[in-house]
Amino acid sequence: MSDIPHPLKTALHPAHLALGARMMEFGGWDMPVQYAGILPEHEAVRTTSGMFDISHMGQIFVGGAASLDWLESLFTNRAARLTPGFGQYTLMLNPDGGVIDDLFLFRLGAAQWFLVVNASKAAEDEAWLRTHMVPDIQLTAPGAERAAIAVQGRQAAEVVEQLLSLKLPPHNGIAHLPEQDTYIARTGYTGEDGCEIFCPAKDAVPLWERLLAAGVKPCGLGARDTLRLEKCYPLNGSDLSPQRTPLEAGLGIFTDLSKPAFVGQDRLIHQKIAGVPSLLRAFEMQGKTPPPRAHYPVLASGEVVGEVSSGTLSPSLGTGIGMAYLPPSLKPGDPVEIDIRGKRFPAILRKKPLYPQS
Amino acid sequence: MNVPEDLKYRTSHEYIRIEGDTGTVGITDHAQAELTDIVYVELPKVGAETQAGGTIAVVESVKAASDIYSPVSGVVVEVNTDLESDPALVNTDPYGRGWLYKIRFTSASELDSLLDPAAYSAKIA
Repeated sequence: MSDIPHPLKTALHPAHLALGARMMEFGGWDMPVQYAGILPEHEAVRTTSGMFDISHMGQIFVGGAASLDWLESLFTNRAARLTPGFGQYTLMLNPDGGVIDDLFLFRLGAAQWFLVVNASKAAEDEAWLRTHMVPDIQLTAPGAERAAIAVQGRQAAEVVEQLLSLKLPPHNGIAHLPEQDTYIARTGYTGEDGCEIFCPAKDAVPLWERLLAAGVKPCGLGARDTLRLEKCYPLNGSDLSPQRTPLEAGLGIFTDLSKPAFVGQDRLIHQKIAGVPSLLRAFEMQGKTPPPRAHYPVLASGEVVGEVSSGTLSPSLGTGIGMAYLPPSLKPGDPVEIDIRGKRFPAILRKKPLYPQS
Repeated sequence: MNVPEDLKYRTSHEYIRIEGDTGTVGITDHAQAELTDIVYVELPKVGAETQAGGTIAVVESVKAASDIYSPVSGVVVEVNTDLESDPALVNTDPYGRGWLYKIRFTSASELDSLLDPAAYSAKIA
C-alpha cells in the first residue's frame, strides 16, 4: 500500500486510531482518509461543520530585515500588499515558470512571516528557500513540534468562536494567541467558511477532543479531496506541476507580473503575450457514468486532447467531475468525452467553481 | 463480518451462491466495508463469457475503482440492473439485493478450488 516503510505520524495520530479511521500514506505521512465515510463527511462540511488534521502540512516561519524583498523575489503574489494579520495564496516557481509549490503566506508583523506549504513538498520547499538564502533572513521549520487542525463548514466559525471564546479574524486574516503559542487563520481548502488552527503539537489532541465534544465531525483526506475539487482548488502533484505555469492552471490572479523580478516571471510574461499552450479546465460528466479519475484521456471531436488531472464523484452534484489541461480553444460549454476503461462518456466543460454552479 | 454458510468464496472477496448449474456472484460484506461508499458498478453484458479469475465487473467507491474477478468460468445469464440506479445496494445488502451477476458455469470442478465459509472467515479475521 505505502511505498514508505515508516510514514510520519502527526500528533493526532492516536486520536485517528481511537476513532477507527481508515489510514493511508499521503505526502510521507500516515493520515486518515475517512472515519464514517467520505459522503457523510463531505455533507457535514457543506451543511454543518467538520475538522481535518492538517498537521502534515509544512509550517515555516521567516523573519529578518530583508524578508519582504526576499519573499517577493521567490513568490508570484505581491507580499507587500499584505498588512500584518493577513495572508494570501501564492506560488513558488522554478526558473521555467513551473510550479514548485502553492502555499499560503501570512504576514505576522512588518518583517515576520508564516508559510503553510504542502506536506509532500515541505522538504523540497525548505531546501529551495535555503538555496536562495540571502543575508538577514531567519528561517525556521519547527516540524513535529507543531500541529494544525482545519475546522470547516457553514457553522464552523460559530462553533470555534463559542468554544474558544474569541472572535475569528476576517477572511484570509490571522490572529495570534501568544499565551497558547497558537495562530488562527480564517482560511481553508473546502470552499466553506471556517478556520485553520496552528498550535503546539502537545495541544492538538485536547483541542481535537474539545471540537469533537462540540459536535464537529472528524473528516479525512477523502472528503478534503471531494470538497476542494468541487471548488476547483488545485492539488499540487495532480493539478499543478513543475511543467505547468500558474497561468496555465488558471491562477493568474495570484501572479503579479508588475512587481519586481521573481523566479519564473520571464516565462509568465512571455505566456501573457504569446498565449498559453493549455489551460486547466473543469468538466462535469453527463448522466450516469463511472467517476472520472486522474490520467483518463480527454477527447474533443474524437481526438485525444489531454488527460484528467483530478477526478471524482461530486457528492454535492451527484455526478462525476474533474479538471484537465486542455487546448485554450476549448471553452466552458464545449462538449468533451472522457475515456474510461476504453469506453467514451460525455462531459461538458464548466466554469469554475463546479459547485455551486454559476 | 457476515459470512453466510451457504456460499463459496474467492480469496479476492467475491462470493458465489450455487443454484443448479447457475451461480449468483457478488462481493462479500467484508469487501463492501473495505471499499466503503459504492457509487458506481460496471456490470458485464448478458451473454459475456469469462474464465475463472477473469475481470468481469468494476466496483467504484469515491476513492477508487476495484476490479471484480469471476469465481468460475461460464456465460453471464443475468445482471443486477437495480445497481444502475442504486449502486449502494452493494453496501447495504451485499448478499441479497446487492448481487452483481448470474453465471451459468461450465465446470463444476472449479467450485472445489473456492474457499468454504470457515476458510474465508479465517482469511479475513
